Amino acid sequence: MTESAKTKTIKVDYLARVEGEGALELTVREGALTDVRLKIFEPPRFFEALLRGRDFKEAPDITARICGICPVAYQMSAVHAMENALGVTVGGALRDLRRLLYCGEWISSHALHIYLLHAPDFLGYPSAVAMAKDHPTVVENGLKLKKTGGRLMSLVGGREVHPVNVRVGGFHRLPGKSEMRAIIPDLERARDIARGTIRWTATLNFPDFEQNYTFVSLAHPEEYPMNEGRVVSNRGLNIAVTDFDKHFEEIHLSHSHALHCLLQNDGQPYHVGPMARYALNSQLLPAEIRAEARNAGLGAVCNNPFRSIIVRSVETLYACEEALRIIQSYEPPEKASVEIKARAGTGRAATEAPRGILYHRYEIDESGSILDADIIPPTSQNQKMIEEDLWKYTPRFLSQPDDKIREEAERAIRNYDPCISCATHFLKLTVDRA
Amino acid sequence: MSTPKPKPKLAVWKFSSCDGCQLSLLNCEDELLALANEIDFANFPEASREVIPGPYDLSLVEGSITTRHDLERIQEVRRQSKYLVAIGACATAGGIQALRNFKDVKGFLDVVYANPEYIETLATSTAISDHVRVEFELRGCPVNKHQLLEVIIAFLRNRRPDIPTYSVCVECKQRGTACVMVTRGTPCLGPVTQAGCGAICPTYNRGCYGCFGPAETTNLPSLGNQLFAGGMAREEWSRLLQTFNANAPAFKRECAPHD
Repeated sequence: MTESAKTKTIKVDYLARVEGEGALELTVREGALTDVRLKIFEPPRFFEALLRGRDFKEAPDITARICGICPVAYQMSAVHAMENALGVTVGGALRDLRRLLYCGEWISSHALHIYLLHAPDFLGYPSAVAMAKDHPTVVENGLKLKKTGGRLMSLVGGREVHPVNVRVGGFHRLPGKSEMRAIIPDLERARDIARGTIRWTATLNFPDFEQNYTFVSLAHPEEYPMNEGRVVSNRGLNIAVTDFDKHFEEIHLSHSHALHCLLQNDGQPYHVGPMARYALNSQLLPAEIRAEARNAGLGAVCNNPFRSIIVRSVETLYACEEALRIIQSYEPPEKASVEIKARAGTGRAATEAPRGILYHRYEIDESGSILDADIIPPTSQNQKMIEEDLWKYTPRFLSQPDDKIREEAERAIRNYDPCISCATHFLKLTVDRA
Repeated sequence: MSTPKPKPKLAVWKFSSCDGCQLSLLNCEDELLALANEIDFANFPEASREVIPGPYDLSLVEGSITTRHDLERIQEVRRQSKYLVAIGACATAGGIQALRNFKDVKGFLDVVYANPEYIETLATSTAISDHVRVEFELRGCPVNKHQLLEVIIAFLRNRRPDIPTYSVCVECKQRGTACVMVTRGTPCLGPVTQAGCGAICPTYNRGCYGCFGPAETTNLPSLGNQLFAGGMAREEWSRLLQTFNANAPAFKRECAPHD
């Protein structure tokens, strides 16, 4: 065999079990990895351009359409950014309801990833449907958990994909106390399943792949972050969201329709999402959940991206508990939304989408018309980090057949639950070994 | 054990879209595994790494056509599919990204990307039926998952899907929701929008904003006049119609003379 003397390209033309379209190209020269390209080829949809000239009140409905998996994240970042521009704060029960809606999305999106997209990698199946033949209870539990998240989104938002109830200033309609209470039994079952999920994911086999990540997430003094907080890192960054533009920069590479985002001071990639949130906020989780995490083998920080499946499970349990807490203390406020008046200004907000920080910035004129919009989704922020992981993880498989390399490379990508529809479209893998 | 009869093959294809419509299939949590007993998810990359080669008995196509490559790809999908069903507002009307059809796309590129020369895109976003024959179009932004199941089952049973084409108003009456236009003066596209969502917005105290596109028979000028009488500007009326189904012929026609 003369293969080692040659260069070859190993391609994954269409990444499976991720949201959206992406590809991967690895170049191997004389047995060594020489290039890694994560390609986002999902066609651009130009949201930032088509938002210009629209009314500020339309931003939550329009930006929700960027992603069918995490529409609530878009709606939450949009309303908070607009409220920042208008000088309005939404507090009390309305704030709680927004958090409740986000809990629904975290449960639904995390359960989708844990059970339908990620778990088949660990158990060696092409899909959850195939996995269900041998592990029916596992998949059924995952679907029940996911369904409860969807039900919560429908209760607060009207429907699970592209909810209709969110508006700048609050909501269109307030759920009644009895509607809220009716979902408690489902949520209690979901909580039990989520606890079981942590214990089950802890038993999976994980590749040895400890990294030394720069983690970035929101941090709030009193709660595990969803809608509010400062932007912090484990390397000492601690800034207001309104200063985001000064510290992060977007760059546009030829091989991708997504814009990469890097930390400005050192040009280094960083990691956002469940592992970052957990590393920077785990002390705010209730003691019982921290104990579950500890028993599952998680320390205060998890640096192995394959184990993100456990961290996602921990966050899912938290979202169930948090939803129950909010529902049990819910008293409908007098009004469904606070008074909003258009005025000229710039607003910025970041919230924690299931996959990590989602930043929105809008400039609006005195009539409320949008002059400029900037949206930085979590997957563009993680894209460079994913490539870094591939540089480090795939070399150990280079002597093996291309199919094995492809499979392992896809796994390394899937750890991030990448949402290519958000980052534009996503992944193909080409391995070049000429 | 006797050899089981081969199951019909389902393929799910994605073009320019948000993924929400194909996600609706995975959101059928109670039916997903039962459905998998009836059909093979033969080509559904969002759910499985395994791809069974075509031809396929039923192809669900999500998303609109916005690139030269996708122009070719949709022809290939058509060749491989016995039945092809377009699902969602992007696939049936071009989606929100069809707003570019009314603007200069070069300007759009410059707004979003620092190096627009890296991006390949067409000047328009168009429906699947503008390019190939489709057996059925399922409306919605997103589609209703129960309607999606109905469509899949109907094609597997060789019958016409039972999907109503009347307006959202009928669904409000069915639910017993008081009319938001009559009782609150809230502008509502319900009278001209196809049913299917279950009239969620009026139930949530807001006007319908047209996710399911124009109903089969509509009188848009009449609704427009009603709203103008209530103080709405023409510009606002156009904006109301120019969202997720802006390129649907009835909505597009109504906006054209006023722009």
